[in-house]
Amino acid sequence: MNALISTALSGVVLMFVGLFVRNKQHIKFFAIAAIIISFIANLALYPTVLLGSYIQFGMIEVSKFSVLFNAVALGATLIYFLLSGKEFEKVGEHVGDYFALIFFILAGITLASSFSNLLMLFLAIEIMSIPQYVLAGADRKSLKSNEASLKYFLMGAFSTGILLMGITLIYGAAGTFNIAELGLGADPVHPLALCGIILMAFALAFKVSAVPFHFWTPDVYDGSPTVFTSFMATVVKAGGFVAFLRMFHVAFAGGAVSHHWTLILSIITAATLILGNFSAVFQQSVKRMLAYSSIAQAGFMLFAVIAINQFAAQGIILYAAAYSLATIGVFAVLMKLKDYTFEGFNGLARKQPLLALATTIFLFSLAGIPVTAGFFAKYFVLSAAIQHGHLLWLVIVGVLCAAISVYYYFRVIMAMYFKQGDPEVEPISGGFRAALVLTIVLVLVLGLFPGLLIGWL
Amino acid sequence: MLTVLLILIPFIAGLIAFGLKGSGPKVLGMIASLASVATAIGTVCTLHADPKKLSFVTDWIPQLGSQFRVGLDGMGTMLCLLTAIAFLLVFITIYNRDIERPNSFYGLMLLSQAGLVGVFTAFDALQFYVFWELALIPVYFLCSMWGGEKRIPVTFKFFVYTFLGSLLMLVGIIYLYFQTPDHSFSWTSFTSLQLGTGDQKWLFWLFFVAFAIKMPVFPFHTWQPDTYEQSPTPVTMILSGVMVKMGLFGVLRWLVPVLPEGAAMWTDVAIVLSIIGIIYASCIAMVQSDLKRLIAYSSIAHIGLMSAAIFAHNEQGTQGVLLQMFNHGINIIGLWIIVEVIQNRLGVKNMDQMGGMARKAPRMAIFLVIISLANIGLPLTNGFIGEFLMFSGLFQYNHWFMAFAGLGIILAAVYTLNMIQKVIFGEGNTLTDTTTDLQPGETVALSLVVIMIFVLGVYPQPMLDLVSKVF
Repeated sequence: MNALISTALSGVVLMFVGLFVRNKQHIKFFAIAAIIISFIANLALYPTVLLGSYIQFGMIEVSKFSVLFNAVALGATLIYFLLSGKEFEKVGEHVGDYFALIFFILAGITLASSFSNLLMLFLAIEIMSIPQYVLAGADRKSLKSNEASLKYFLMGAFSTGILLMGITLIYGAAGTFNIAELGLGADPVHPLALCGIILMAFALAFKVSAVPFHFWTPDVYDGSPTVFTSFMATVVKAGGFVAFLRMFHVAFAGGAVSHHWTLILSIITAATLILGNFSAVFQQSVKRMLAYSSIAQAGFMLFAVIAINQFAAQGIILYAAAYSLATIGVFAVLMKLKDYTFEGFNGLARKQPLLALATTIFLFSLAGIPVTAGFFAKYFVLSAAIQHGHLLWLVIVGVLCAAISVYYYFRVIMAMYFKQGDPEVEPISGGFRAALVLTIVLVLVLGLFPGLLIGWL
Repeated sequence: MLTVLLILIPFIAGLIAFGLKGSGPKVLGMIASLASVATAIGTVCTLHADPKKLSFVTDWIPQLGSQFRVGLDGMGTMLCLLTAIAFLLVFITIYNRDIERPNSFYGLMLLSQAGLVGVFTAFDALQFYVFWELALIPVYFLCSMWGGEKRIPVTFKFFVYTFLGSLLMLVGIIYLYFQTPDHSFSWTSFTSLQLGTGDQKWLFWLFFVAFAIKMPVFPFHTWQPDTYEQSPTPVTMILSGVMVKMGLFGVLRWLVPVLPEGAAMWTDVAIVLSIIGIIYASCIAMVQSDLKRLIAYSSIAHIGLMSAAIFAHNEQGTQGVLLQMFNHGINIIGLWIIVEVIQNRLGVKNMDQMGGMARKAPRMAIFLVIISLANIGLPLTNGFIGEFLMFSGLFQYNHWFMAFAGLGIILAAVYTLNMIQKVIFGEGNTLTDTTTDLQPGETVALSLVVIMIFVLGVYPQPMLDLVSKVF
């Protein structure tokens, strides 16, 4: 609750900061201060929820899980500001507004992690999405950016409609908006509710770009200003997943009903893993590769949605942290380069050893190699699926796909270390280096001691 | 604590090596590997005196029930000793070579040593998996940065193969973890599991594929000749001398004790695959003209015999495998040192361009003959006793299997003698006339190898005692 209030207020404050602060470069510091305040305000609730979760106004459930997830999202955003805050100035004039929009998205995410009412779910999804449509089109002079914004908006509006339809049908079947009271776990399942669940699954799959609802993703990610792609592909996506997870774990778990949607989601997951990975293999630009790989990673996060157990909740938190840190890091490096193709990375290791080392560790993390956070993230979601029992085929598909993912992640590493080239790199400040080192340390620490994060749950 | 020290020495030295310049890395590498050998010998003594001192347990991820749990039994001690000696031999051999970016080279080499020792000492499945991967990554970089012309795709293939195998193993480990009553990864919990036959049947393959890729066993071997050929020879020494032992070790430590019924069920399949590997690799080795590929294929054949003997699952066979792990490691490293010398002098690896080197480099020729003969298991050399035990183990299991595996000996004699003939005898040419004999460092390394060959060949009892000691 604290996080929701402080992020929303921060958004408003930053709009005014944008008005009154003339120097574009200073706005970043206000944003960083605001995110730190929100982070602390959020953690201040932790002692309270340690005793047990509570519901506010019948709308929001404040629990250990939501506090921890918010902490991850806010922490990742802090890293994002530290690494990429400078890039905001290059996008356009309205730097304050961009930061404000990011804060509004965060408000949506904090809502998504704690809704206890279907209406709040709808609000959360919309608050998360609308600022993104704007950010996608922030580079007004670029045709690609405009196209991305329009495409995103149309697809987003479409999925919102489906979501609403789903909510309506579920309300029709259960007669309440409160997700804890829907009582859909019992059999027999009302046909209206079943339709509603399927529609909701589809709408949420749209939001997290699961196959076959992923078509917008590569174009939007590629067309948006890179600095915003980095945010959309990480923190926002994790927000989408947490809404997905809460909805299905709280409302649709148990009884006959879970048999119905488990199969559908399993097929969606398998398709997401296979298509995401295979498409990523054929990309020529690192930015597009990351877009497809984010689809592939979504497949792994879906494991947590399907498997309803303790590992799933821990897994989604760890996955959100590991994946966000690594992807934000890779994008930060990408933005320092002029050329976004794989060839653009040729010979980076000699020119900028730190950038190359950082990219290597982040890509190791994305691939799930031990001693990086990504390993335990994959470990937990795989554990969740294996514990579930009936998903072993899906686990094997996931494992095969993880092996494929090595192919495209390692292409970047090969380019950096084993190929000759002279990439054009923008000057790198000391602050950026420090932030990069901090991110590397976080990825490695979580890779060695995941308990430091999930121990809070 | 000695066990932890075995991991820490190369690990810390490796990290330091990255920051050193000039001849710093190679001096550090030498010091670290001497220290490792001393520590490894210390563990052998401790194993005889007070084996409990070699275990060390502390919490790692309490939420998961995973512990940092290292320990050594006879097999682990032997393999750690082999690892330490192998790295020492490599570092002695290349001491006088100029290597590009020596700091990264030595740093990565030492890190891979730390990973290997970690694998051989792990008694927690998750920790085993982590070290298993950690040993692989430095090798990936070593091969890709210092290897031959086609190194990048070849090493990549190697990486993807082993990574896929590892992931399958991870699935198996997680599955077993959920079956343990106390939710723990410890070796004792895993081995005391009472799994149903149905589970063991498929779990076997998850583990077997991972180990078979590493060994490699037919048909999972295709990465191996290419990688051995393209890797820089010091790395090939480690790959063939020590890393392949990871696969054998995995079978002995994790596969057979944890899934005894699964292993029993698929024994015949595993042995047949191994024997196909022996004959197939030997046949290819006979027609190879590339020296590195020849030794690579011969290695597949030798490992094939070991994996066949493991699955025969009787005491003699297992003893033979344990003994042969050490001996094969020593012998193949000796062979690679000679290949390295030849490549360093001539700049080619094609045997058709060689010949007559016995006159120009007599010391090298003598070493080559001794080591090659040890490699095919001539009596009085170390290879003999191991092969004898393995064959008698196989014979007890099934006569026919032994007969077919025995073909490998004959074929090995054919290609090895053929190689000796082509490389050191016959007429020299303008290229081989430029050869010089061994340098001091190379002589020292090869002498050590030959001493071990004879000592273990004549008096293998201490080694047999060592490998028969179990916790």
